[in-house]
Amino acid sequence: MSDTHAESIAFVRESSLPPAAPPDKVGGPLKWVKDNLFPTWANAILTLVALYFLYLLLAGSLPWLLNGVWSASSLSECREILDGASGACFSVLSERWHQLLFGFKYPSDQYWRPTLALVLLFLAAAPVLFIDLPRKMLLFTGLYPFLAFWLIWGGPIWGPIFALLGVVAGYIVYSRLVQKSFAMALAGGIVAAVIVWYVGGFIGEALRPASPLLEAIPSRDLGGFMLNMMLGITCVSLSLPIGIALALGRQSHLPIVKGICVVFIEFVRGVPLITLLFVANVMLAYFFPPGSGVDLFIRVVIMITMFSSAYIAEVIRGGLAALPKGQYEAADSLGLDYAQAMRLIILPQAMKISIPGIVNIAVGLFKDTTLVSVISLFDIIGMIRGPILASTDWNGVYWELFMFASLLFFIVCYGISQYSQWLERRLATDHR
Amino acid sequence: MKKTVIFGALTVAGLAAGAAGAATLDDVKARGKLNCGVTTGLAGFAAPNANGEWEGFDVAVCRAVAAAVLGDKNAVEFVPTTGKTRFTALASGEIDFLARNTTWTFSRDTDLKFDFIGVNYYDGQGFMVPKALGVSSAKDLDGATVCIQTGTTTELNLADFFRKNNISYEPVPVETNAEGQQQYLAGACDTYTTDASGLAATRATFETPGDHVLLPEIISKEPLGPLVRHGDNEWGDITRWVLNALIAAEELGITSANIEEMTGNTNNPEIARLLGTEGTLGEMIGLDNEWAKRAIMAEGNYGEIFAKNIGEETPIGLARGLNAQWTDGGLLYAPPVR
Amino acid sequence: MTTFSDPPKASFRPSMLLSDTRYRSITFQVIALALLVTAIWYLGSNLAANLRAAGLNISFQFLGNPAGYDINQTLIPYTSQSSNLQAAWVGIINTLLVSFLACVTATIFGVIAGVLRLSNNWLVRKLMAGYVEIFRNIPVLIWILIIYTIMTAAMPAPSAFRGDDPASTMMLGSFAFTNRGVYIPGPVWGPGSMIVMATFVASVIGVFAYRRYATKLLYDTGRLLPMLWPSVAILLLPTIIMFFIMGMPIGLDYPALKGFNFRGGIQIGAPLIALWFALSIYTGAFIAENVRAGIQAVSRGQSEAAAALGLRPGRVMNLVVLPQALRVIIPPLISNYLNITKNSSLAILVGYADITATLGGITLNQTGRAIECVVLLMLFYLVISLGISMVMNVYNNATKLKER
Repeated sequence: MSDTHAESIAFVRESSLPPAAPPDKVGGPLKWVKDNLFPTWANAILTLVALYFLYLLLAGSLPWLLNGVWSASSLSECREILDGASGACFSVLSERWHQLLFGFKYPSDQYWRPTLALVLLFLAAAPVLFIDLPRKMLLFTGLYPFLAFWLIWGGPIWGPIFALLGVVAGYIVYSRLVQKSFAMALAGGIVAAVIVWYVGGFIGEALRPASPLLEAIPSRDLGGFMLNMMLGITCVSLSLPIGIALALGRQSHLPIVKGICVVFIEFVRGVPLITLLFVANVMLAYFFPPGSGVDLFIRVVIMITMFSSAYIAEVIRGGLAALPKGQYEAADSLGLDYAQAMRLIILPQAMKISIPGIVNIAVGLFKDTTLVSVISLFDIIGMIRGPILASTDWNGVYWELFMFASLLFFIVCYGISQYSQWLERRLATDHR
Repeated sequence: MKKTVIFGALTVAGLAAGAAGAATLDDVKARGKLNCGVTTGLAGFAAPNANGEWEGFDVAVCRAVAAAVLGDKNAVEFVPTTGKTRFTALASGEIDFLARNTTWTFSRDTDLKFDFIGVNYYDGQGFMVPKALGVSSAKDLDGATVCIQTGTTTELNLADFFRKNNISYEPVPVETNAEGQQQYLAGACDTYTTDASGLAATRATFETPGDHVLLPEIISKEPLGPLVRHGDNEWGDITRWVLNALIAAEELGITSANIEEMTGNTNNPEIARLLGTEGTLGEMIGLDNEWAKRAIMAEGNYGEIFAKNIGEETPIGLARGLNAQWTDGGLLYAPPVR
Repeated sequence: MTTFSDPPKASFRPSMLLSDTRYRSITFQVIALALLVTAIWYLGSNLAANLRAAGLNISFQFLGNPAGYDINQTLIPYTSQSSNLQAAWVGIINTLLVSFLACVTATIFGVIAGVLRLSNNWLVRKLMAGYVEIFRNIPVLIWILIIYTIMTAAMPAPSAFRGDDPASTMMLGSFAFTNRGVYIPGPVWGPGSMIVMATFVASVIGVFAYRRYATKLLYDTGRLLPMLWPSVAILLLPTIIMFFIMGMPIGLDYPALKGFNFRGGIQIGAPLIALWFALSIYTGAFIAENVRAGIQAVSRGQSEAAAALGLRPGRVMNLVVLPQALRVIIPPLISNYLNITKNSSLAILVGYADITATLGGITLNQTGRAIECVVLLMLFYLVISLGISMVMNVYNNATKLKER
């Protein structure tokens, strides 16, 4: 059959032509530029304005950045090297980086300790952040707080060990009793932990070695960006469980419990963090027993934790409210009691909804840790405004220092928000 | 102890609640460290050096107290305080001793319930202006913008001075000396006012100190002294006499260099009493007999401390002026040691 | 006749306090209350013991005593002889002033940036994304310090305006930008200026009346009156005419360099500008995100449907998209306003005399009444916050989708 036609048709194309490139007017970079930058007159003007703005920005900052001096030992030396040319004096960073990162009192031969703690932090946070990692790693996450505490503060190892033992004891008691009643398990766990801590306090005192393995460092000596990181991480992780409890309390049907939670949350959210820090600084000492001498770092941690837990509670409450009523009813119909329903059905879903909000709060809180510089703690801003700018050598170097601090914060905060967006996509299990 | 507080705050605190002891001396001895409140940084008076060690005029007083009480001049925990936090820190027991250029005033002594143990620096509030401004008297400052550190008596003196002379000004409050310095150098204020000693210290850190002058007017009396909580008279006595010992030592010619030599062979009974070779003065304040000797050895006598930290040889370059011994026409006058 | 009998009424046993749901809630509440009371008692007794040990007492008498210090920017009469309470009022008004100004400008920045982020211009879109990310991820405290440093270090000092060949000159001969603030011409109220102002107020009311009438006419008859030009005319014309009739009673007072500073006109201090600008540009980045989310939240079908009804693009935006977007935008917007008010407490960094700087700063330092001052300070912010949240709740209830 086919043979008969073979002669009648001279040429048959057996494959389609590759598509030709569109003419320049409707494709290619030129088209992109036209569509995206100059689609209309108004837009063209906007583009030109933006380009001019960019030019100004770059023309102003690039020579200054590229011409930076990294090796002078004081501002006047820096100016001599620059000799009137525009240029940054980054030498302040190369000379004072350790003060910016660790504060001015942390012993310099011990810098490896916070650094190691930071590296371990990534290891500990990994299984929490990335749910694909083996769950066994969570064990290290559990150990991490005690390890980090010991690394940063040093001193006798017995403190962290007994603290850990207390938590373990509490957990064992809790897991034994949780089948019977959640409330009893929780109470039992707390009692067990407190007993171990109390006894441990005495044993630890008795076992106190003459010279501890790691030199003890008082929290007054912490400073720099390390202080911001520590405050941020400690307070956010402490405020999560408190926030959950407050959110549940606010949603609960028990009027007294609900009242307490509402008053607490609204009070804390109603005042600026700085007034709470004033409280930590000038008032809180009056509320502790005479002579207990709770140091400023701990008082600040208490207040910031209060602050962030109120905000986190509101985010989680939003998550709880967003769950369909059917979820609550389904849990009830399965015969679960309140604790079980919350633990197994409601909270996991509510937490998932709340993640972006919680991350926002965490980022905001981390930024707010800079406020401690106002109450004479030497965090990175405190270091810049205090010892560094006050020193004869570096009096007058602003931009380089502020830029450095901004950069550190930007990296951390931007990183966290990018992670949260990734996680949101990862957890999006609803089918759209 | 701190760990216990952290981990079992409630339990431990509950036990401790009963013991509201007023005996600062016992607390300090038990702790093995003196908690001493200082400024967050004022060159010459109290500032951490490049190694993070505190040094300065006020710091030396702290060290002398620590040496007298604990026998170790380094057994001091320096707590940086701002104008805002200093009084709470002392009242709440966070610090035992406040040596922070604090002016002795009636209300601080009475209403705030503190005891000033003496005066370690007689100061007065002055003005610094750029030479280029062409001002020669503070009374010419009508309409000027003035930088002041908030929370200090200088703020009140300033308001009084301008009101008294019926001229106006515009205050620019700053939190720390460093900020005041920046504002002043940037020209955001015409003049910077604080204690004359502080002005001298600040000017010393400028690139071109010669371009700035201190105006002749001293508009206030600022007796700066260390203070302790009201009510613990034993502790107050100890600190008061440590300061007096430093001043008396200069008057008697005892220096950190010749103190050993003097201990053995002096026939001046006052020196012998002070250094503990005669009498039992130490016992009377609950210390041993060598307390004053240790205090003087820590950083030297008053004159040595002055010369080393803020004297004319230092960048701060302050003359003794009012702070000379009474025998030299100054105001320093230690009560007799007997 | 009932075949079911009630379960036997069990007599009360103590174990039922935990196991019986009827009693359990009471048990928990009693425990909670007991814990609360214990905590308050514990803290209170510590406070009492500490105060007793320090020989202090709580008293608010210091509020009536003369403050003794001066404040650079006051909107109400204040001298160093005024009471601490008056100083606190100055602070409160300054807080409200900077918060109000920052709210207005932050909204402007935010709306512009938010709309431009959705622009089809690639470059502008990316620039705005850059603005939002940079400002959101760096602490506001750093921004305040940076902008204040720009103000004080980069602007010329008043002395630069002096001399025959000054390094700086005034803009248009009447605006001076110095590192102590911006000086602008201020109005001088002559006799008869009250009548001009009254005319202006009446015109404002007139504009509202006109717009109301036009809307009513539109709904009743479908006739569309022009809105923009008549409004402007009603607003301005009577006032201008009255201004000339009265013989130009309102003059301008130009700032001029006298002595150390510019005198005359209105001075906007550098601290106010720094705080105002930093707060608005920082919060503007957050508002931009809200605006973007709000506009994106209105489904495309809505604008398509409106277009299908024949509405012009401007009307689609005004009548269909915006009202729906606002429902999403406004609640976070208000909490951003709340944040501005709270963040204005950072005024203490730049020496702006807000409530934190007067009551919580200088007064606290001078009187040493830490507890009283901090408590009053918190009370003030609490009142403001609760007030704003109340407004927000009213708004939320009013705009809630009424499902029928």
